[in-house]
Amino acid sequence: MNKIKNTLLSDSFNRAYSSVFSILIGLLFGLIILMISNSDQAIDGFVIILKGGFNTEAKGLGQVLYFATPLILTGLSVGFAFKTGLFNIGAAGQFVMGSFAAVYIGVKWTFLPAPWHWIVALIGAAVVGGLWALIPGLLKAYLNVHEVISTIMMNYIGMYLANFLIKLTVYDSKKALSMNVAETAVLPKGGLDHFFFNHLGTTKDMSTVNGGIWIAILIAIVIYIILNKTTFGYELKACGYNSHASKYAGINDKRNIVLSMVIAGMLAGLGGGLLYLAGANGRHMKVVDVLAAEGFNGIPVALLGLSNPIGIIFSAIFVSYITQGGNYLQTLNFVPEVIDIIIACIIYFSAFALIFRNILPRFLKYRKEKKATKATGQMETDAGAAAETEVEAAAEVKEEGSDN
Amino acid sequence: MDILFLVFQQTMFFSIPLLIVALGGVFTERSGVTNIALDGMMIMGAFTSIFFINQMQANMSGQSLLLIAILIATGTGAIFSLLHAYAAVNLKADQIISGTALNMFAPAFAIFVARMIQENGVQQINFANTFRIQSVPVLGDIPVIGGLFFKNAYITTYLGFVILILAVIVLYKTRFGLRLRACGEHPHAADSVGINVYRMRYAGVMISGALAGLGGLVFVIPTSTNFNATVSGYGFLALAVMIFGQWRPLRVLFAAFFFGLMKTIASAYSVIPFLSTSDIPSDIYKMVPFIATLIVLAFSSKSSQAPKAVGIPYDKGSR
Repeated sequence: MNKIKNTLLSDSFNRAYSSVFSILIGLLFGLIILMISNSDQAIDGFVIILKGGFNTEAKGLGQVLYFATPLILTGLSVGFAFKTGLFNIGAAGQFVMGSFAAVYIGVKWTFLPAPWHWIVALIGAAVVGGLWALIPGLLKAYLNVHEVISTIMMNYIGMYLANFLIKLTVYDSKKALSMNVAETAVLPKGGLDHFFFNHLGTTKDMSTVNGGIWIAILIAIVIYIILNKTTFGYELKACGYNSHASKYAGINDKRNIVLSMVIAGMLAGLGGGLLYLAGANGRHMKVVDVLAAEGFNGIPVALLGLSNPIGIIFSAIFVSYITQGGNYLQTLNFVPEVIDIIIACIIYFSAFALIFRNILPRFLKYRKEKKATKATGQMETDAGAAAETEVEAAAEVKEEGSDN
Repeated sequence: MDILFLVFQQTMFFSIPLLIVALGGVFTERSGVTNIALDGMMIMGAFTSIFFINQMQANMSGQSLLLIAILIATGTGAIFSLLHAYAAVNLKADQIISGTALNMFAPAFAIFVARMIQENGVQQINFANTFRIQSVPVLGDIPVIGGLFFKNAYITTYLGFVILILAVIVLYKTRFGLRLRACGEHPHAADSVGINVYRMRYAGVMISGALAGLGGLVFVIPTSTNFNATVSGYGFLALAVMIFGQWRPLRVLFAAFFFGLMKTIASAYSVIPFLSTSDIPSDIYKMVPFIATLIVLAFSSKSSQAPKAVGIPYDKGSR
């Protein structure tokens, strides 16, 4: 029993609780908004959000995993930068540039044989994403430009540049989307096609989920190992905690800032590759003046996952799950943007996660004390326990006295 | 000459909202709170005030309608900014994260409400532009200057300059301004002489929210005929303007005009003779203001004069 209590009081558990609290409050806020906008159907709508990917047969769950794939990568991008003391708002720009690189290689470099084609396309996506983050990294390290501002600027530049390049090279003007990537560039299904489909008469209505989710999970584990088990990761984190101290300890802080940004950018770019190398029924790039939502949603994913690579896998699946629920909300004439509102609330509350982190231990302690005072009331039944609590109370009084 | 007037007027349309919002940024950062939610606050201010215009334009029009809309935009921004102030000041939360949350919330909220309330269920809110002043009486007839400043103008343009003058006076000539700046530089010292740091920071954030809300309206009115839940990243540009302006109102004015000119080139290149003949696609022009921002930041950030305590939550107990 004590062991369980100790784990409950431990730091990492408190941090996980703070995420759960934020999620609950966000969902509650979403329910209130649904109530205000249409009280008759609010509960039905809320159930649809909670059912998320379960609203249809297995295909829905497959879609949850498909859309979670890029979120895991952009979440890792933001979370990795967080761990090293940088705030990467630029995941949207890195994501869209990486996406373009992957689609371009997927459409044009048809001379590559089957497995190499998608591998090269993914590497291309990561490299271009990394290059896109290199500029803010260099500006931060050598010219003291705050990375928040510079990555935001790179987001807009990336968005317009990607639009321009798509129209120039891989645009399918009939569908107003990017072209299909070659068959050889489509990511293998990784065994998932046996599970995630709906029965549509005699045919199977396949989900677009593919082996990308395996790659995303693998990358998350790699990042976990780099951050927690290598000297390199330790140095990066040290720079994040205190750049002066790490400089004093002989760590090249400028080089580490640039490297952190580049790795973060590579992760976001790779996310773009994993999303768009998905065959004819997968997603295609649009030419619109809107920043990539996958990039921005990396921020809540990283915050909810507490910047822990393993936590990010789960939080990405959660965000993708309720977003799917939001899509089904339209059957009740609700607007799917309510999901964005819920996510915004969750971030807002996770911003003062510190508060939650302090509340829970205090609450448990309070219950312990309450139990103790109860025990004194039952002195006849259990004299030993009462004596113990009396001693404790006396000790507490003594402590209070010594404070004064 | 007509083209020069046109470019100048366009530059004003883009510069004035940047000036107003960046001045808001100066107030909040000078009080010690980073506010990257300026963009979201612009969206909220523009949303409520444009919606008001949309609803009332059957009964009212012209300057009186615009004046009420200005008040609504200002009030909305100030109220919305309370969320940021509460998180940043009372709860000592991470200000960047709280700002990001508000930035995500504002467009989602604007789209959600517009689609739920409007009968046709679309997210765009249309309005009729009845606010343009063809020519200011007397002043508009002055040669050159009349064409530059007093024709084809909006009262919001002049309001921008009034706010600039007020900002200079408030920041540098009043007790309030001195105290506000003290809280951004060294809050403990300010606290030790009896200044309420929390209250000052609330004031800074709320002024920035009010000005950002107003800036949202001022941005949408001359450049569009509907509001589509976006201000095209103007809040972020305003932050860059503030940094380029080194947190000083008069330099912010200069910076705002620089960016306004860049933005004008990006949007009005087709009427500028030597740019319209070249076959550079529009996407490249749209990148210009953002690239210019990066270059300018690269040169102006090295000797940054940011307030010393900006972004750090004030905790009485810490030393």
